[in-house]
Amino acid sequence: MGDMNSKVVLKAEGIVKVYPNGVVANKDVNLEIVAGEIHALIGENGAGKSTLMKILFGMEQPEKGKIYLNGQEVTLDSPKKAINLGIGMVHQHFMLVESLTIAENIVLGKEPKKNGFFLDRREMLKISSEVAEKYNFSINVEEKIENVSVGVKQETEILKALVRGAKILILDEPTAVLTPQETKNLFEELRNLKKQGHTIIFISHKLNEIMEICDRVTIMRHGVTVETKEVKDTSPAEISSKMVGRDVVLHIDKLPAKKGELCLEAKDLCYTNKLGKMMLDHVSFKLYAGEIVSVAGVEGNGQSELAEILSGMKEKNEGEILIENKRMQDYSPKAFREKGVVYIPEDRMSVGSAERMSIRDNIFACKVDQYLKKNVFLDESRMEKDAKKWIEDFQVLCFSSKQKVNMLSGGNIQKVVAARELTEDFKIIIAEQPTRGIDAGTSELIRRKLIEFRDAGAAVLLISADLNEVFELSDKCVVMWNGKINAYFEDTAELTEEELGYYMLGVKNQSKEEVEKIWR
Amino acid sequence: MKTLVKVIFTSSFFYSLIRVATPLVLASLGAVITSNAGITNIGIEGIMLISALAGVFASAFLGGPWVGLLVAILVGVICSLLIGYVSMSLKADSVLTCIAFNTMAVGGTVYFMYAVVKDKGTTLALDSGKLPSIPIPIIEEIPVLGKILSNHNILSYVSFFMVFVVYILLYKTPLGLRIRSAGKDPKALSSVGVSLLKTRYIALAISGVLGGIAGAFMSMGYVTWFSKNMTAGRGFIALAADAMGNSTPIGATMASLLFAVAEALSYGLQVTTFPPELVQMLPYMATIVGLILYSIKRNADKAK
Repeated sequence: MGDMNSKVVLKAEGIVKVYPNGVVANKDVNLEIVAGEIHALIGENGAGKSTLMKILFGMEQPEKGKIYLNGQEVTLDSPKKAINLGIGMVHQHFMLVESLTIAENIVLGKEPKKNGFFLDRREMLKISSEVAEKYNFSINVEEKIENVSVGVKQETEILKALVRGAKILILDEPTAVLTPQETKNLFEELRNLKKQGHTIIFISHKLNEIMEICDRVTIMRHGVTVETKEVKDTSPAEISSKMVGRDVVLHIDKLPAKKGELCLEAKDLCYTNKLGKMMLDHVSFKLYAGEIVSVAGVEGNGQSELAEILSGMKEKNEGEILIENKRMQDYSPKAFREKGVVYIPEDRMSVGSAERMSIRDNIFACKVDQYLKKNVFLDESRMEKDAKKWIEDFQVLCFSSKQKVNMLSGGNIQKVVAARELTEDFKIIIAEQPTRGIDAGTSELIRRKLIEFRDAGAAVLLISADLNEVFELSDKCVVMWNGKINAYFEDTAELTEEELGYYMLGVKNQSKEEVEKIWR
Repeated sequence: MKTLVKVIFTSSFFYSLIRVATPLVLASLGAVITSNAGITNIGIEGIMLISALAGVFASAFLGGPWVGLLVAILVGVICSLLIGYVSMSLKADSVLTCIAFNTMAVGGTVYFMYAVVKDKGTTLALDSGKLPSIPIPIIEEIPVLGKILSNHNILSYVSFFMVFVVYILLYKTPLGLRIRSAGKDPKALSSVGVSLLKTRYIALAISGVLGGIAGAFMSMGYVTWFSKNMTAGRGFIALAADAMGNSTPIGATMASLLFAVAEALSYGLQVTTFPPELVQMLPYMATIVGLILYSIKRNADKAK
């Protein structure tokens, strides 16, 4: 690679993508893919990788920028067009019909016909088993999708793209759902595809995989492509520091923490997801009043599962939770709320708010019981008065409290969620990515509020992939990797972002004893 | 009990079983097609009713029962495409669309019937004719069996032939593959560049054909006239049969036959001393009981 013969097959130049809700997903993206390479695209969640891939597959249209295919400028305005031009994509969520067989899924949409009307079953089996054989996929194409493993489903998706003539394959975090053996198998197949002349774009945030299989790597951060490097000329440490580096250093003044009583204790929490993957592997920690503990980590290492378990949205498989030294009996959201746990969820649109209801209705969703007249009717005037006060307090930009939430920008929706949660009677705040994808002003407001409540004696668990936030807000910091807490830092002041990055990507791991200091 | 046995074990009971099963089988096949495509076509009741009247008119004024059948099918297709347009293209709530359509069908058919024949009850005044009954050679000669199987209306034979047609369509053709994908995982279908909307319109049109034939049978086979609300909930029973038959053509046909037994029984028992009000309830009771049993079984399977 890199010699005079290398031919650029796909090139993106100056791509800008702004979503209707104002989120700038791609600011200035430049990407060059060389024929026959496996090209990694690495970056944090929210760095803009998925948006870029959607643009290259015709699912989204950029506001600015050009795309060249084999030197020719192209407009990719639909996936159909991208497919016709030889670009195939394997989505993270499979697009397969569960009740059909592998072969039926492979030919769906371009079925071979017999007598102009009937499905030519023999031809269908021939097409699909031939393509499977050609690329060395050992699968039985007559099996139904609902009966096969995730790995085979993924292989079916790859074959689907290949049958449609894909020369360039985009794989969106293909190993996220695979077991180690399946990953190994996939890599074997990818190497084989490469040998047969296919070009592969491999999206991942697992460094070891990139080092193992990719030729070149492009690093993205905050909507910008930072750099493209030959994998053999770089190191995991270099990639991780470029990937998680901070670009603006903001500073929030805060007083030293006044550690109070033990608020919440988690003991050996385990959680296995629907696909059978262990997302939490014996996670234990303690949360004290007056402290902010942040959980850093790359998305998908168990942090969101942890937040969901601590708020009752998911139920743990093993372990226990004690709040103020009392063991929880009931793990429902209601039980957590009654014990003074409030939750700012990551997904503010579908979990955090009822988007088609008004700001006021959203704010009072969890406190209607306190706003009753004669125990039956809603006390609207009192609600309106408090709603106004809180809208002002949390600086929600709106015309009135009756405005629907889905008319607001992302930042303002988050303010509504915060206004609802932080006006409850609470002792513990679980904040999951509270400032992701929202403007700087709102982020600062929410961060200040978290510090304000910490000073007032609340215990805060902050789950964040934003290192600015981790450094500025937290008193203590833990890192999650692969479902475990793999590092614990008593004092974030001495910590560097490079150091944290190594733990986030599993390049370094603390010993068990070091991690167990959380128990002290 | 004795009367019951006497009613059931006669060749005329089994003959009437096939007769009453015909519209149920046809309509339930229509429901099978649409539910495979991911649509619950509650409008099948209204489609049958409107087709039944359209068939009678066309037969009386345009040229006999065969033209009537053709027009009934055509009207069935137009009606189901209309439902599709309102609920899929204009995105109105599909349940409400179908309820409105069914209500309109009941009122509208009476309106047109009165406008044409000046009668709000039936079209007896019209000479609309009947599709032929077919004696089957050889089988006709067999005692008992001949009496049961032979000499049915041609559409009864068509309805059982349709079970195979629908089976082949759903499981042996590319179209069937797409229709099933549209119901099971619309995103997967769209991701390979097949239009979901188009696939669903085609499914609706096919169910319109089947509903149209069912309607034609009601007014030009089962009886030889149209009467107010003559489908009497058969479309809904067909939807229940589709659900019980797990949306497979064979399963839905079996379920339809089960409901037909109840209906045939209700006619058979009307000549006895059973209270007629209770007897007339039978087919509907059977539907509810059938759905309850089906749901219990399904939940038990799921629990496993």
